[in-house]
Amino acid sequence: MRLGSGTFAACCVVIEVLGVALFLRGFFPTPVRSSSRTEHQAEPPAPEPSAGASSNWTKLPPPLFRKVVIMLIDGLRDDFVFGSKGVKFMPYTTYLVEKGASHSFVAEAKLPTVTMPRIKALMTGSLPGFIDVVRNLNSPALLEDNVITQAKAAGKRIIFYGDETWVKLFPRHFVEYDGTTSFFVSDYTEVDDNVTRHLDKVLKRGDWDVLILHYLGLDHIGHVSGPSSPLIGHKLREMDSILMKIHTSLLSEERETLVPNLLVLCGDHGMSETGGHGASSVEELNTALILISSAFERKPGDIRRPKHVQQTDLAATLAIGLGLPIPGSSVGSLLFPTVEGRPVREQLRFLHLNAVQLSKLLQENVPSYTKEPGFEQFKMSERLHGNWIRLYLEENNSEVLFNLGAKVRRQYLDALRTLSLSLSRQVAQYDIYSMLVGTVMVLEVLALLLLSIPQALSSEAELEVPLWSPVFSLLFYLMFLVLSALHVIVCTSAESSCYFCGLSWLTAGGVMALISALLCAVGSALAKMFADGKFLSKNPAHPKARWSELDVLILLGTMGHVLSLGASSFIEEEHQTWYFLINTLCLALCHEIYRNCFLRDDCEPQQCSHVEEGFVSPAPALQDRSIRCNMLEPHRVSKGPTSLDTLRGYEKWMVLASPWVILTCCRLLRSLNQTGVQWAHRPDLGHWLTSSDHKAELSVLAALSLIVIFALVQRRCSLTSKVAMALGLLGVYCYRAAIGNVLFPWQRDSKDISKGVIEARFVHVFVLGILFTGTKDLLKSQVIAADFTIKTVGLWEIYSGLVLLAALLFRPHNLPVLVFSLFIQTIMTKFIWKPLRHDAAEITIMHYWFGQAFFYFQGNSNSIATVDVSAGFVGLDTYMEVPAMFLTAFATFAGPVLWASHLVSFLSSETSGSALGHACFCYALICSFPVSAYIILVTSLRYHLFIWSVFSPKLLYEGMHILITAAICAFFTAMDQTNTKS
Amino acid sequence: MPLSASPAAHTRPGIFIPSFFLENFSILETHLTWLCICSVFVTAVNLLLYLVVKPNASSKRSSLSYKVTRFLKCCIYFLMSCFFFHVIFVLYGAPLIELVLETFLFAVILSTFTTVPCLCLLGPNIKAWLRVFSRNGVTSIWENSLQITTISSFIGTWLGAFPIPLDWERPWQMAIERKYKMCTSLYVCTRHGASHCPQVWPISCTLGATFGYVAGLVISPLWIYWNRKQLTYKNH
Repeated sequence: MRLGSGTFAACCVVIEVLGVALFLRGFFPTPVRSSSRTEHQAEPPAPEPSAGASSNWTKLPPPLFRKVVIMLIDGLRDDFVFGSKGVKFMPYTTYLVEKGASHSFVAEAKLPTVTMPRIKALMTGSLPGFIDVVRNLNSPALLEDNVITQAKAAGKRIIFYGDETWVKLFPRHFVEYDGTTSFFVSDYTEVDDNVTRHLDKVLKRGDWDVLILHYLGLDHIGHVSGPSSPLIGHKLREMDSILMKIHTSLLSEERETLVPNLLVLCGDHGMSETGGHGASSVEELNTALILISSAFERKPGDIRRPKHVQQTDLAATLAIGLGLPIPGSSVGSLLFPTVEGRPVREQLRFLHLNAVQLSKLLQENVPSYTKEPGFEQFKMSERLHGNWIRLYLEENNSEVLFNLGAKVRRQYLDALRTLSLSLSRQVAQYDIYSMLVGTVMVLEVLALLLLSIPQALSSEAELEVPLWSPVFSLLFYLMFLVLSALHVIVCTSAESSCYFCGLSWLTAGGVMALISALLCAVGSALAKMFADGKFLSKNPAHPKARWSELDVLILLGTMGHVLSLGASSFIEEEHQTWYFLINTLCLALCHEIYRNCFLRDDCEPQQCSHVEEGFVSPAPALQDRSIRCNMLEPHRVSKGPTSLDTLRGYEKWMVLASPWVILTCCRLLRSLNQTGVQWAHRPDLGHWLTSSDHKAELSVLAALSLIVIFALVQRRCSLTSKVAMALGLLGVYCYRAAIGNVLFPWQRDSKDISKGVIEARFVHVFVLGILFTGTKDLLKSQVIAADFTIKTVGLWEIYSGLVLLAALLFRPHNLPVLVFSLFIQTIMTKFIWKPLRHDAAEITIMHYWFGQAFFYFQGNSNSIATVDVSAGFVGLDTYMEVPAMFLTAFATFAGPVLWASHLVSFLSSETSGSALGHACFCYALICSFPVSAYIILVTSLRYHLFIWSVFSPKLLYEGMHILITAAICAFFTAMDQTNTKS
Repeated sequence: MPLSASPAAHTRPGIFIPSFFLENFSILETHLTWLCICSVFVTAVNLLLYLVVKPNASSKRSSLSYKVTRFLKCCIYFLMSCFFFHVIFVLYGAPLIELVLETFLFAVILSTFTTVPCLCLLGPNIKAWLRVFSRNGVTSIWENSLQITTISSFIGTWLGAFPIPLDWERPWQMAIERKYKMCTSLYVCTRHGASHCPQVWPISCTLGATFGYVAGLVISPLWIYWNRKQLTYKNH
C-alpha cells in the first residue's frame, strides 16, 4: 500500500497518542475518592444498626480525648524509635513504648514518600495521586474532606507550629501558627528551635484542642549526612526530651480535668540508607507511630509489640478520637487498640461507623462492589451487630452478650481489613503492564518513522507500507498469538489492579494486533533498508552527502534537548535550552547569510562590481548545500542563483540585519516573562506591567500591540476577513477593558468590572467567522482546481483566525509575545527562508524550535502551576468543561500551534509538490522523538525523589503536546490531500 | 607551502600562571582578577610570538605611520569585538544592567582567545577573516590552526553555558532542598525574594572558553599533522 509521507506521519502520530495515553493511564492511577467533598458535614452519621427494636443512638459518639497533640517528626523511620537507636537515644519514649500507657505501631507509608503527599495521607486517610494536583490546579489548599477541616467545623481550636506546607494545605484552619521555611537543608537546629520555642507558653495555656508540631530537623540531617550520622543521635535525644515535656504537661493537666488527652508521635516517611527519601525501599516506607494516652492503661507484664499498620489508619483513628465524622475518602481502618478500653457497645459503634464509611467509598469507586468480599463481610457483621444491639437492649445474659460482642468485633475487624486493602490496592502503584504496552507502541512508531526517513523525504514523498504482504502476515499471526498468550498470563497472574487488563478482550486484542502489525512493519522496513544499503555500497558513484553547519546544529540541538530531559534541573529550566538553541540558530543563519553575501565579493572579484547587480555562479558553500539537498530533495531548484543576489539595496540590508532583529526580539521577550524555577522570582516586565500602578502603560502597550497585530495580519487577508479582524481586535480591547485589565482613555477609574461575557462572545463570533471564511476558501480551491491563490488566502485566514483567538485569550501583558511572533515570522519569511531557499525539512524544524521557544516566552514552564486557567473562562458564563478545556489548551500551546499553522500557510504558498508532506513527516518525527525518549526516562526514574514535582508535570505536558501534534499533523495531511488533488 | 615547525607554537597556554604573586588568589573566587591576568598574558604571548615568528612577514617594509595606524586599527577592532561579544552575550540572556563588569570581562577574554590571534595573523581585514572562517578558505597552516583554536574557543564557550541551569557550584543539598520544598509545597515555586546563590555567572562560560582554547592549541598541530597529505593551499 502506498501512502503519502504526510498521511503516514499523521497515522503514526495518532497511534503514538494512543500509546502515550495508555502509558499515562498506567503511570497516573486514578485515586480513590468520595464524591461528596464539602457537603459531607451535612450528611447525618450512620445510625446504629438494629434488628427489630430501634436503637436511639443516632448521633456521633462523643470525643474520647479532650486534647490531642500531634508531634510529627519528618523522616522518623521505625528503627529510630523501636530499634537500637531508640533505646540509646530516646530513653523516655522507649519507656513509654515498653511499659507506659501507649500503643505503638509501625506505620507503612505509600509512594511517593515525600512530605506533602504524606501529610495529606495522614490527615485525609486517602492516598493522594498526582492527578489530584492536576484536578485542583490553582489552589494549593487541600479541598478533600480531612480531619483538620472537620475539627475546625466542629469548633475545635487548632494550633500549628512547623513546616509551612501545613499552612499552605490548610489556610485559615489554625487559630495560631508559625510556619518555618526550611530553605537551607544544612540548618537542622534553627528549624526545630523555631517550633520548640512556642511550646512552654502553649502547654501552659488551656485555650486549644489540637496542637500540631512538625519537626524538620531529623530529615535535614538525613539529607546532609545520612541516617548513621552522630547528629541523628543528638536530634533524637532532643526530640525525646520534647516528647517528655509535652507528656508530663499533659499528664499534669489530666490530674485536674480527669479527662484523658492523646499524644501522637509519628513520622511522615522514613529515610533510606543514603539519607534521602521518595522511593519505595523498606526504610523509606516504615515509620514509627506511637499513641500515648492515660486511657491506654496496661497491667504490668502486658507486652505490646509494635504492630504493622497503614499510615492512612491514623486519620480514621483521630476522627474517632476527636468525635468527628471520618473523612469521606479515607481508606484507613480504625486502630482498634485505641478504643479497646471502651465499653463493647461503643467499640462496635466505632467499628460500624468506619465500616459504613469504607463501604460507601467502595460503592463509589468500584462498579461491582457487591461482589467484593469486604462488602459481604460488612453486610454480615452489620446484621450480627443488629442482633447484638437487640440482645443488649433486652438486657440479656451478660456472658452471651460478651461472646457475641467479641464475635461481631472480630467480624468487623476482618471486614475493615479487607475493605481497606481492596480500596488501597486501587491506587499508589505504577501499573507497569499498561506502561509497558504503551511504551512498546510508542517505540515501534518511532522506529518506523526513523526507518522511513529516506523514503519519506524522497521527491515523491510517498512510501510503501507493506501491511498485506504474506510473508509478514505469518509473522504477524505468530506475534499476535504470542502476545495474546502473554496478555492472558499477565492478567490472570496480576495481583494489583491493571488498567489494560480491565479493558474488554476485544480492545486488548486490537491493541495486540496493532503492536504486532507495527512490529512487522518495522521488520520489513529494516529488511528493505539492508537491501538498499547493499545496493548503495555497490554504487560508489553515489555522491557523499555533506551536512551544512545548520543541519549539524539542528541535529545536535535536537539530540541535546532530548538528552537534557534526563536531568531534573534541565527540565525545570527547559526554556533556557530553547532560548539558547534559537539564539544559536539565529547566529548560524547569520553566518550563512553573511557568507552568502560577502564571500563572493571576495572570492570572485571579477564578477562583483556591484552588490545589486548579482552574479550567476553559486557560492561554493551553496554547491555543497545543493549536493546535500539533491540527496534529500532532488526536486528543489538548487542550480539557480540564490535570490539573495537579485535583492534590491535596502532589502539586502534587511537580510543582513534580520538575524540581529530577531535576536533582539527574543531578548526582549525573554525579559517579559521570567519562568522556570531558579530565576522565576526575578523581576520581569510582565510583573511590572500587571501591577496596578502601571495600568496606563499596560493599556497603551495592549492597544499598540493590537494595532501592530492587525497591521501584520491583514496584508494577505480578503477584505471581509480584514474587517472582521479589525472588529475582533477592537473587541479584544473592549473585553480587557470590561474585565478591568486595561483602561479606555476616557475612563478615569475602573469601577464597573464585569465578566466581559458579551465582549468575549463578540470576539468569538468573529473568530468563528474568519475560520469559516478560511475553510470556505479552502473548499472552493478544491473545487476550482486552477485557482491557487484562493487556497493561500484561505490558509492565511485560518491562521489569522487563530491569531485573533490567541489575542483574546492571552493576558494583556502577553500581547507583545503575539506581536513578536508575527513579526519574526514575517521577517523570517521575507528575508531568510525565501532568499536562502532552505528546504522544507529545515524550515519545519526551525518552526518547531521557535514554536517551543514561544511556548516558554508566553510564561509557561514545566510546572503545572503556570497554566493560565482563567483562559478557560473567557466568554463563558459558567464553567463548561469541553470549551473551557479547549480554550485553556489553546491558550497554553498557542506558541507551537501558531507557528505550526504559519508553517502550513507558508509552505503551501511558497513551495509546491511534496513540501507539505515532507514538513508533516518532519514535524511528526521531531515531536515524537522527545516524547518517546522521555517515556523511557520517566519509567527508569520512577522512584526518583523528584518524580512527582519535576518529572510528572513534564510528562503531562509532553502528553498534551503529542495530542496537539496529532491535530496539527491531521491538518497538514488534509492540506496535503487538497494539494495533490488540485 | 611546505609544512614547517609546529604551527601553534605562537601561543603558549595561559593557564599556568603562578598564583604566588597574589594574596588569596583562586580561580573561582577572585575570578575577575584571573580573567584580567589571563587575557593580558595571552595577548602578550600572542604579540611576542607575532613579533618573533612573523608568520606572514610581508616583503615590503612599511612606514612607521602605517604601522602606527595599523596598530591603532587593531586596538579599535579589539575593542569593537569586545563590545560585539558583550552584545551577543546579552542577546543570549546575560543580564543587561547587573553584572556588566563580569559580562564585559568575559567578552574581553573571549576576544583575547579569538580576535587577538586573528588580528596578529590577518591584520585588521574583515574580509580575510570571513574567508578564513568559511569552508575551503584557508590558505596556510597558520590560518588552519587559527581556525581550529578560534572555533574550539567558541564551542567551548557555547558548551560552557550548559551547566548554568544546573545547581552548579553550590552545596548539593541546596538543590535537593529546593525541589524537596517544591514537592512539599504542591509543586508551586513561591520563593519570591529568597536570597540567591553566590554569583557564578560567567565562570562556567569563561572556563569553557579557556578549555576550548587550550583544546584548540592541542588539537590544531595534531590535526595538521594527521592531515598533512591532504593539505594543499592555494597561494594568493
